[in-house]
Amino acid sequence: MKSIKIKADNLNVYYGEKQALFDVSMYMEEKQVTALIGPSGCGKSTFIRCLNRMNDVIDICKVQGKIEIDGNDIYAPDMQVEQLRERVGMVFQKPNPFPKSIFENVAYGPRIHGIAEHKSDLEEIVVTSLKKAALFDEVKDRLYDAGTGLSGGQQQRLCIARAISVNPDIILMDEPCSALDPIATARIEELMGDLKTEYTIIIVTHSMQQAARVSSRTGFFHLGKLVEVDKTETIFSNPSDQRTQDYITGRFG
Amino acid sequence: MGFILISLIILIGIASYFLGNLRAKNLRTSNQKNLKSLSHYYGYYVALWAVVPALLILLMITSFKSFFIEQYVLSDFIALGSYTETELSLLFTQIENTALGIKLFDENTILINGAVNKLNYINKTSENLTYVTVLGLSGLLVLYSLFNINNKLNSRKIVEKFLLVLYFTCSLVAIMTTVGIIFSLLYETLRFFSQVPITDFLFGLNWSPQRVFVREAGDLDTRDLANAFGAVPLFAGTFLIALIAMCVSVPVGLLTAIYMSEYASPKVRDWAKPIIEILAGIPTVVYGFFAALTVAPLVRDIGQGAGLTVSSESALAAGFVMGIMIIPFISSLSDDVIKSVPQSLREGSYAMGATKRETIVKVLLPAALPGIVGSFLLAVSRAIGETMIVVMAAGLNAKLTANPLDAATTITTQIVVILIGDQEFDSPKTQSAFALGLTLFVVTLALNFIALQVVKKYTERYD
Amino acid sequence: MTDRIEQRINSLNKRLNSEKRFRIYCIGAMSFALAWVLILFLNIFSSGYSAFYRTVIQVDVPFLNLIEDTTQFSEMSSEDINNLSMYSFSKKAIYGLFPDIEEKKDKKMLIRLFSIEFEQEIREFLKSNKSNINETETIYLTASDDVDQVNKGNYPRDLDEDKRRIKDIQLLFFDDLVDRGLVSYEFNLPFLMRGDSREPELAGVGGSIVGSLFTILVVLILSFPIGIFAAIYLEEFAPKNRVTDFIEININNLAAVPSIVFGLLGLGIILNTFGLPRSTPLVGGIVLSLMTLPTIIIATRASLRAVPPSIREGALAVGATKMQAVMHHVVPVAMPGALTGTIIGLAQALGETAPLLLIGMVAFVVDVPQTPLDASASLPVQVYLWSESAERGYVEKTSATIMMLLGFLILMNLAAVLIRRKFETKW
Repeated sequence: MKSIKIKADNLNVYYGEKQALFDVSMYMEEKQVTALIGPSGCGKSTFIRCLNRMNDVIDICKVQGKIEIDGNDIYAPDMQVEQLRERVGMVFQKPNPFPKSIFENVAYGPRIHGIAEHKSDLEEIVVTSLKKAALFDEVKDRLYDAGTGLSGGQQQRLCIARAISVNPDIILMDEPCSALDPIATARIEELMGDLKTEYTIIIVTHSMQQAARVSSRTGFFHLGKLVEVDKTETIFSNPSDQRTQDYITGRFG
Repeated sequence: MGFILISLIILIGIASYFLGNLRAKNLRTSNQKNLKSLSHYYGYYVALWAVVPALLILLMITSFKSFFIEQYVLSDFIALGSYTETELSLLFTQIENTALGIKLFDENTILINGAVNKLNYINKTSENLTYVTVLGLSGLLVLYSLFNINNKLNSRKIVEKFLLVLYFTCSLVAIMTTVGIIFSLLYETLRFFSQVPITDFLFGLNWSPQRVFVREAGDLDTRDLANAFGAVPLFAGTFLIALIAMCVSVPVGLLTAIYMSEYASPKVRDWAKPIIEILAGIPTVVYGFFAALTVAPLVRDIGQGAGLTVSSESALAAGFVMGIMIIPFISSLSDDVIKSVPQSLREGSYAMGATKRETIVKVLLPAALPGIVGSFLLAVSRAIGETMIVVMAAGLNAKLTANPLDAATTITTQIVVILIGDQEFDSPKTQSAFALGLTLFVVTLALNFIALQVVKKYTERYD
Repeated sequence: MTDRIEQRINSLNKRLNSEKRFRIYCIGAMSFALAWVLILFLNIFSSGYSAFYRTVIQVDVPFLNLIEDTTQFSEMSSEDINNLSMYSFSKKAIYGLFPDIEEKKDKKMLIRLFSIEFEQEIREFLKSNKSNINETETIYLTASDDVDQVNKGNYPRDLDEDKRRIKDIQLLFFDDLVDRGLVSYEFNLPFLMRGDSREPELAGVGGSIVGSLFTILVVLILSFPIGIFAAIYLEEFAPKNRVTDFIEININNLAAVPSIVFGLLGLGIILNTFGLPRSTPLVGGIVLSLMTLPTIIIATRASLRAVPPSIREGALAVGATKMQAVMHHVVPVAMPGALTGTIIGLAQALGETAPLLLIGMVAFVVDVPQTPLDASASLPVQVYLWSESAERGYVEKTSATIMMLLGFLILMNLAAVLIRRKFETKW
C-alpha cells in the first residue's frame, strides 16, 4: 500500500446551472500513475482541473466538496492558488508552448517563482528539466529557437519539461497524447514510466489501451459520476459495475 | 432647372415601365407564345432606355455648358486677342454680375453690354435646348425600346447585365477617389517643386510662406522662395504633438484593453466598452474647442503656478487632448488582439502558478505584440492626420522646438491656414499646401499599410 | 532550509502585491478614460445650456409719438412700415426707461444695453400686430450680449472698469431695471432659427443646421446607393482577380486616409477642375460622400458575408439567376446591417470639419440657405468659427452648438443600435 497523495471528498462541480460532477470521492497514490477514463463530456477533465484549481479561471464554475493534497485542503481560503499550482503541474490536451524560445519556455516557471537565483542555476534547471522530459538531446543545439517551431510530440515534451521545471509533486495530464501521432504517443508513455519514480501523475485519457499501459489505478467516469475506481488490472479484467464493463468492451463511448 | 428636368425624366421612366410591362403582356396574350422573360423585366428594360441615356446626356450638357457659354459670350474679347486667361475669367464674372443687375464696375463698355445681351440670350436658349434634347432623346428611346420588345428579346439578361455594370462602376468609385487624390495632390505638388527645390522643402528649417507674394504673375522673387518653404519645423511639430498624444493614449489604452479582456466581468465590459468608444465618436472639432478653451488655459495656469513659461497654445495641451481622443482606437483594437491570444496559452501560464499580471506581461503581451504594435501604428497615423484639434489648440507659427510647453504647429494646421478662405491660385504658397498634403498622404498610407500587414500576419498566426 | 521557505513566502507576497498594483493600474486607466467622457460632457453642458434662453428687457413704446392715430397702422402695407423712419423714435422709447438722464454719453450707454437691432425688433412687432396697436405697447427687446452674460452670471462684475466690456453706469442701469422687474428670460428661439451674425446675441445656428442637413442629404443620396452597389458587387459578383484585390486594398486604405486629404481632393478636383460652386452643401456633401463610402462598403460587405451560403443556394436551387438570388434573398437580409453602417457613416460625416474648411464652407453666412447650392456653414464648422471669436457670448453659443451636434449624433447612433437590435437575424 502506497501512501495517499490526493484525496477528493464528495466533490460537486457546477457550470452555472449545470452540474458537471456528482459526489466524486477518490484518492490517488503517491508516485503512481492514476488514469481517468470515460466517454467525452463525462467530467474527467473537469475533475482533473479541480486538482490545481484551473477551474477558477472560469467565472461561472463553482466547486463544492473537499480536495486534500498531503492532508491540506486546497480550497481553503488561505491557500494561495499560485503556490498550489507550483506544486501541481499540468500538461494540456493540445501542446501549448509559449511563443518564446525553448529555453524561455522552460525557464518561465523558475523565473516567476524565483526558484533560480543565478543564471547558472536557471540554466541547470532548464537542462535537467529538458533531460527529464527526454527532449534535451533533440534540442540542445537550438535552445534559443522558438518553441512553437518544434514538432507536435516535441512541443508536448517541452510542455512536460516546463511543468517539471518548478519541481512539482504532482503532474496532471489532460489527454496529453490526443493531438499526437502514435510514435510521439509512445515516447510520451515511455516518459511517464520514467517520471513516476519522482512524481505523482494523474492522466486523463480517452484511450483505454493507454490507461492500461501506463497506470496502476484507473477511475471510470460516466455522466459526471465516478462509476468505479480500482487497480487497473481489476478495472480491465473484472470490473464490478456493468457500465464499466460495457465501456471497456466498446458497447458505448 | 435641373431638378424639374430630373423629375420629368423619372416620371417618364415610371410611365415607360408600365408601358413596357403592358406591351409584354399584350404580346404574350396575342401571340400565344412565351416571352423569354417575365413581363416586368420588359418594363425595366424600357424604363432603363428612358432614363439612363437621358441622364448621361444631361450630365454631359451641364458639365460642358458653362465652358461653351463662356467661349460664346467672350468671343468678341477673345477675338481682340489682348486679354490673358485670368483677365478673361474675371471679365466673365463681371459680365455675369452685370446680367444679374449687380454693378461692381462702372466701365460699362459697349463690348460688355453686348456680351451681357449675349449671355442672357444664350442662357435662355441653352435651357430650352437642354429640355428639348434630353426629353426628346428619352421619348425616342422609349419608342425604340417598346418596338424592340418581341419574343426573342431576353430583357432579363439585359437588365441583369446593366445592373452588374452599374454595380461594378460603383465599386470603381473607390479607385477613382484614390486616383483623384493622387492626381490632385501630385499635380500641384509637382508645380510647387518646379519652383521650390524638393530638398529645400524636405530639409529646410524655416517655414514662412506668408512672405511669398505673387506680385505679378511670373515675377517671383526667387530669394523669397529660397528660405520660406522648409517643412522641417512642421514635421517636428507634428511629431512632437503625436508623441505627446501617444504618451497619453498608449498606457491608458493598453491598460484599459488589458482590463477589459482579462479582468473585467462581462457586466462591466458591456457598460464600459461602449462608453469609452463614445470618445471615438465625438467630432474632433469638439475636442479642439475643449482643448483650446479648457485644457490649454489649465495647462498654462498650472505651468505658471510651477514657475514655468507655458504658451497658451502649448503642444502639451493639444497633444494631451488628442491622446484622449485616440484612447479608444488603441483600447478596442488591442482588446481584440489580446482576446484572440489562444486560451491555451493563458491556461499554460496559470497552470505554472503564474499570477494574472505575470501571465499578461510575460505571455499574453509578447504573444499579442504584433497586433498591439499594429494598433499603435494606426493610432500614430490617426494622430498625424488629425486636423481640428491642432488647428484650434496648437500654434500657427512654425517654430522648431522640442519643448512641449511651447507652441508647435503641424502639417495639417498649415494646410488649413494656407487654404482657408480665399487663396491666390498658382502661387507657390497655395501649392505648398498640396505638397504638405501629399507628404501626409504618403506617410499615413505607409503607416496604415504596415499596420494592416502586421495585424493580418498576426491574426493568421493564431487561426 | 527555513530561510529558503521564508524567502519563498516573501517572494510570493511580493508577487501578489504587484498583482494587486497592476490591477489597480488597469482600473485606474479605465477610470481615466471614462472620466474624460464625463468631464467632456459636463464641461460642454455646463457652459452651453444657458444659450437656450436669452435676456430680454421690457420697454414701453409710445406709438402715439410716431403717428397721430395708431389705427392707421392697420392700413399700411409692410413696405410702408419698412419706409417709416423709426430710429430716433425707437431710441426715445428706450430713453423713456430713464427719463432723468440728460447727458448724451449716458444715453448712448443706455442704448448699448440693447442689441443693435432694437429698431428692427420694434418694426417687426409693428408689422405683425399692425391691426391692433395701442397707444403704448410693451415690447420685449433683446438685450445686448454683455447684458445677457451679466444677467446669466457668466461675466465677472468685479473686474476693473477698463477691463470690462460693460461699464459701471450700464451696470447701474441694469441693476435698476432688474429691481423694477423689467429684465426677464425667454426661450431663445432666434438662436435656433437665425443664421450667423457678428453680434453674439443675434447669432443663431439655424443656418448651419440647415447647411448640415443639406450636406447630409447629399451624402445620403450619393453614398448609400453607391456604397451598397459596390459592396454587392465586391461580395457577391466580383471574380477573384487582381482588379478586385486592388479595389479592396483601395477601400481599406481610403478608410484610413486623413479627412483633410479629402478636403484637398475637393479643392483640387471638384472645385478647381469641375468648377462646382464653392462653400456649398453640394460640394461638401460630395467630398464627405467619398470619405464615408469606405465605411458603408465595409459594413455592408460584412453583413452580406454574414448571410449563410445556404440562402443563396436555396434560391439558386429553385432556378433563380444569381442576380435574382442576391437581390431577392441576400440583400434584404443584409439590409439592416447596411443601414446601420450607413447611419454610422453619416454620423461621421455630420461631425466632420476639416475637409469643409478647405472647400470654403467657412464663409460667414447670415442667411439660412434655401437649397444645397447656397453658400452655407455646417454645425461643426459653426463650432470652429465661433470658437475663434473672443466674445463671451460665443463661448456659450459654441457649447450649445456642440450640444446640438452631439444630440444629433447620439440620435443617429441610437437609431443604428435600434435597427441592429430589431432586425438582427440569428442563424
